[in-house]
Amino acid sequence: MTSTILLQQLINGISLGSLYGLVAIGYTMVYGILRLINFAHGDLLMFAAYIAIYAAALLALPWYLSFPLAVIATGLLGILLDRAAYKPLRNAPRISLLISAIGASFLLENLALVFIGGVPKAFPRPEIFDRVIPILGLRIQVLTLYTPVVTLVLLFGLLYIVFHTKVGKAMRAASKDFETTRLMGINLDRIISITFLLGSMLAAAGGIMWAMKYPQVNPFMGVFPGLKAFIAAVLGGIGNIVGAVLGGFLLGLGEILIVALVPEMAQYRDAFAFVILILVLLFRPTGIMGEPIIDKS
Amino acid sequence: MDRQKRNLLLNGVGLILLGGVLFLFSRYGSDYHIRILNNMAIFITLAVSYNLINGICGILHLGPNAFVAIGAYTAALLTMSPMEKQLNFIIQPLIWPFSAVQAPFLLSLLAGGVMATVFAFLISFPVFRVRGDYLAIVTLGFGEVIRVLCNALQGVTNGPLGLKGLSPFTNLWWSWGVAVVTVLLITRLINSSYGLAMKAIRDDETAARAMGVDPFRHLLLAFLISAFFSGVAGGLLAHLITTISPSLFTFFLTFNLLIMIVVGGLGSTTGAVLGAMLFAWGGEALRIVESPMNLGLFTIPGIPGMRMVIFSVILMVVIIFVRRGIMGQKELSWGWIFDRNPR
Repeated sequence: MTSTILLQQLINGISLGSLYGLVAIGYTMVYGILRLINFAHGDLLMFAAYIAIYAAALLALPWYLSFPLAVIATGLLGILLDRAAYKPLRNAPRISLLISAIGASFLLENLALVFIGGVPKAFPRPEIFDRVIPILGLRIQVLTLYTPVVTLVLLFGLLYIVFHTKVGKAMRAASKDFETTRLMGINLDRIISITFLLGSMLAAAGGIMWAMKYPQVNPFMGVFPGLKAFIAAVLGGIGNIVGAVLGGFLLGLGEILIVALVPEMAQYRDAFAFVILILVLLFRPTGIMGEPIIDKS
Repeated sequence: MDRQKRNLLLNGVGLILLGGVLFLFSRYGSDYHIRILNNMAIFITLAVSYNLINGICGILHLGPNAFVAIGAYTAALLTMSPMEKQLNFIIQPLIWPFSAVQAPFLLSLLAGGVMATVFAFLISFPVFRVRGDYLAIVTLGFGEVIRVLCNALQGVTNGPLGLKGLSPFTNLWWSWGVAVVTVLLITRLINSSYGLAMKAIRDDETAARAMGVDPFRHLLLAFLISAFFSGVAGGLLAHLITTISPSLFTFFLTFNLLIMIVVGGLGSTTGAVLGAMLFAWGGEALRIVESPMNLGLFTIPGIPGMRMVIFSVILMVVIIFVRRGIMGQKELSWGWIFDRNPR
């Protein structure tokens, strides 16, 4: 393999990995606080892509308005999801919560199927992301370069919120102990809502980037990014925001490189992530950056 | 007459009644009714064996679709004649041991069950190292890996094309026979000391361990038995619809099973049976929402996906508002009906 192809694949891997990372942050935040795999997280990503399409098509908004609109609307949808599907089960056994999450995921997918239809819709990619620029003899679409930048900017923004604001302090407290957090006079429901808001908005950003990269939007497009992003979160150490992005990068790079180096593996690509998951759980269940998991029951 | 003799007698009477109903249907029922009844029986087998893990052991296992797939492919590869296999595998020929062997239906079903059990054993070590959400996602991942393998290993599974033209061996007697055997065996298991240990693990694993129960051993036993019956049911399913492909065994199948056992009541075999019957019947009854409706003056076009919306809402409503489902963790037994102080 020539070095230019390898470089090209590395860039593709980093780009895909940063998308996984973006979605993984939402998983890791919700898991950190509720100890719940939010199965519907991937489907929020799908809704964001649809909202962006409809905002552009029906309201004739330019991308710099339709994208933020989609991000905000998805964030609110995330709060609604928590209120409807998870909040009534705060004190229920964990298995109920998980089943509710799976139900919510299927509900969102099939609502999209019923109201929008199963025919994939083309995502209108704004022209400024379409340009191709030559770097080191490679021709690279600018979108591929923007994706990691967007991920890092959002990551640092989120880190600021979590580590340097009062809300962030409350979120970190809630991830350690519900009861004590409540005793400190913190409105837990509000903190959980904010967690869902931020996580869903990041998923929306990931969904829009995803839809620009693979401009075919359909009701089930969120399933695989969702599952893989969750695995990225586990790989990085669940509950750890930097770890989620790191896990995303590693998973994306790994997926692209394994196919690039061993082309026969291409048809096994979707299984790769799960094999990684099993290996991580076998040898280092806390992931790369994770602390020991506290059982909050 | 003591209770044991009475229960045996009542069981016998019940079986004869079931046999009578099945006989009437196989004689006079339409193909449509017979298909629903076959589905019902296969769902019962699947739901009861799935409930053993999720309801009795209290572990959210999301990969029964993998075991159904393994059972279906194994059984199908065994019943097909070498001639049919050559016709099916046009892109890549079937690899050796499978291309030559052929077995009768019963043996193929059992082989499907055994193969599923072997796979269950292989993955049990990573699976039971973790609990809760992690276990859910690992088993879900296993289901996905099996689906990817079904698509990729063309020399064994014929890839996305799947296997076509299987002999329709599955009839009411086979499907209901397997369902009855499954229910009887799993009920026996649940009522044995093993079953008590499994329930103890479900209610409090630490306490169970303190009482000397080895969680791994009991969970493994339940997992293997559940996988075996799922595999057998997979074989039945394959020879009922006579065409199998990887898309038949996605997470969607697991989701349907989850609805059945949640609606029936997690932890109750009776509930699983009721849930499966309701699902088989309700799934057909709800078909009208997806087919075009003719209202005389105008036609409402069918809405694909509407059934799944309804099912998802039912699942969420049950889990949020009536967590116990129909039966809770109770069982319907002869003792419960006739005895004043049921044991």
